[in-house]
Amino acid sequence: MSDYAASSPIAPRRAGSQAWWNAVNAWLLLLPAAVLLIAFTHFPILATIRHSLFITRRNGTEVFVGLESYQAMVADPIFWRALVNNFWFALGTIPTSIALALVMAIWVNRNMRGRGFLRLAYFTPTVLPMIAVANIWLFFYTPDYGLLDQLRGLFGLAGWNWLGDPSTVMGCLIVMVIWKEAGFFMIFYLAALQQLSPDLDEAAAIEGATRWYIFRRITFPLLMPTTLFVAINAVINSFKLVDHLVIMTKGGPNNASTLLLYYIYEVAFTFQDSSYAATLTVVLLVLLSTLALIKFGYLDRRIHYQ
Amino acid sequence: MRGRTHPVEAIAAWLLALLWLAPLAYAFWSALHPAAYATSFSLSAPWTLENFARAWKQAPFARYYLNTIVLVTLILVGQLILSTLAAYAFARFKFRGSGVAFALVLLQLMIMPDVLIVENYRAIAKLGLLDTIPAIALPYLASAFGIFLLRQTFKSVPQELVEAARVEGAGPLGILWRVYVPLARPTYVAFGLVSVSYHWNNFLWPLIVTNSVEARPLTVGLAVFGAPETGVDWSVITAATVMTMAPLLAAFLLFQRQFVQSFMRAGIR
Repeated sequence: MSDYAASSPIAPRRAGSQAWWNAVNAWLLLLPAAVLLIAFTHFPILATIRHSLFITRRNGTEVFVGLESYQAMVADPIFWRALVNNFWFALGTIPTSIALALVMAIWVNRNMRGRGFLRLAYFTPTVLPMIAVANIWLFFYTPDYGLLDQLRGLFGLAGWNWLGDPSTVMGCLIVMVIWKEAGFFMIFYLAALQQLSPDLDEAAAIEGATRWYIFRRITFPLLMPTTLFVAINAVINSFKLVDHLVIMTKGGPNNASTLLLYYIYEVAFTFQDSSYAATLTVVLLVLLSTLALIKFGYLDRRIHYQ
Repeated sequence: MRGRTHPVEAIAAWLLALLWLAPLAYAFWSALHPAAYATSFSLSAPWTLENFARAWKQAPFARYYLNTIVLVTLILVGQLILSTLAAYAFARFKFRGSGVAFALVLLQLMIMPDVLIVENYRAIAKLGLLDTIPAIALPYLASAFGIFLLRQTFKSVPQELVEAARVEGAGPLGILWRVYVPLARPTYVAFGLVSVSYHWNNFLWPLIVTNSVEARPLTVGLAVFGAPETGVDWSVITAATVMTMAPLLAAFLLFQRQFVQSFMRAGIR
């Protein structure tokens, strides 16, 4: 492993000092990154947990309240609303984006005419800022004046306040996020498809299998690890993606589009309640850690069997 | 599956592509035509740059550009230096605690600074850095993703080259600089593209820590500009939107192959 210990002609009795020297070098190299990681990741995680057990009085003193904030959270309907919304948001965006991504990847992996253009078209939304995307789509959803209502107008339908109606707001956001994310997931599938051996397809084709059969029985099962990997990443992302809410809905109407991270942002920076924000953050941390454990546990296994 | 394509599928592929480009095409259409044509797509509509001129006049976009470029550069340079040093430590030195240290680094892959906004805000406030560009950059300078990616690359560097450099008298940093860094160039390019696009687009954290024109990046500037209460019309908002994404979009169109490959490289671990 180590260049300096392994191949230098050092006498055994100096090996100890060599190991010590290696460790000093390594820690010095790590130091700058470690300081920042501790300051902005590890310490904040611990501080979040600590602050979730305290409340701050008006005069600035902190009072230990134990799990009181958690009890308040369990009784907070907006918290539950945000969690449930996050669930529907994930369920609405992920399966559709993944299915579209797979179809896109299969298409752009073929020797189809205009393949480069198709790849470009599918992938472009991925590189756009979410805030710009929100601006563009906000216009589509504008009542009466917006593109969607103009289309409705062609059929003689009245305008609709798409983002102002609790029954349509989530659907609108889901459609937009599918548009934004499908091309990103396509990349994972494209990479996986390029690693598959074409022999399998050819053999199956010689056997007279239909293309649908080949896809269903060969390609799709072989892509299963990618699908799981993408799915877990997508769930993690669905908890982090809130930029568009600031522009489009502010979580409304009536919290119909509030997601957990957005609620945390609101509690901390609009309602100025950093103790409660810490409690909510702990929930998000637990969720993300659980997903990460699944991801790494699963990935470990995959690497092991390769 | 790579063989011939059924015409129906080809048509479907193209329709989906057009559907996928439509929102972007709309943004450009609206930005490049007078407000009266923002929603009526007539081929005879006159072209204009008026909307850009008005957006540029109504908000300090030059300043926002400068802020974003400074921010993205600061983050990238910081990330490259810190990740290189840390990745080198993990890839080539055997030391007690390296496994635990690496696991602690990887923790940031799942719990990114984006989630720890409340505590990070506190930290930045304590440092007296609120409303500055370094405040936006600091939580992201140490990138677990960069460390991970470079460590993988460094591990594949052939020992013979390292030996040769050592025989020539290079120390640990000399070997890093002369052997590892040049060989990792593709990884640096991939990481650079992902990092620049991520931080060009980042919004929530910059929104939280900045509140003045001097520190605001483009995304936050655009959000302030496009707020409904400002009474700006759609054509001007789309012009501002196009301005915000134009540099990244142009870079993407120029280097799309590298972009796609770097996202592939970055995505598959």
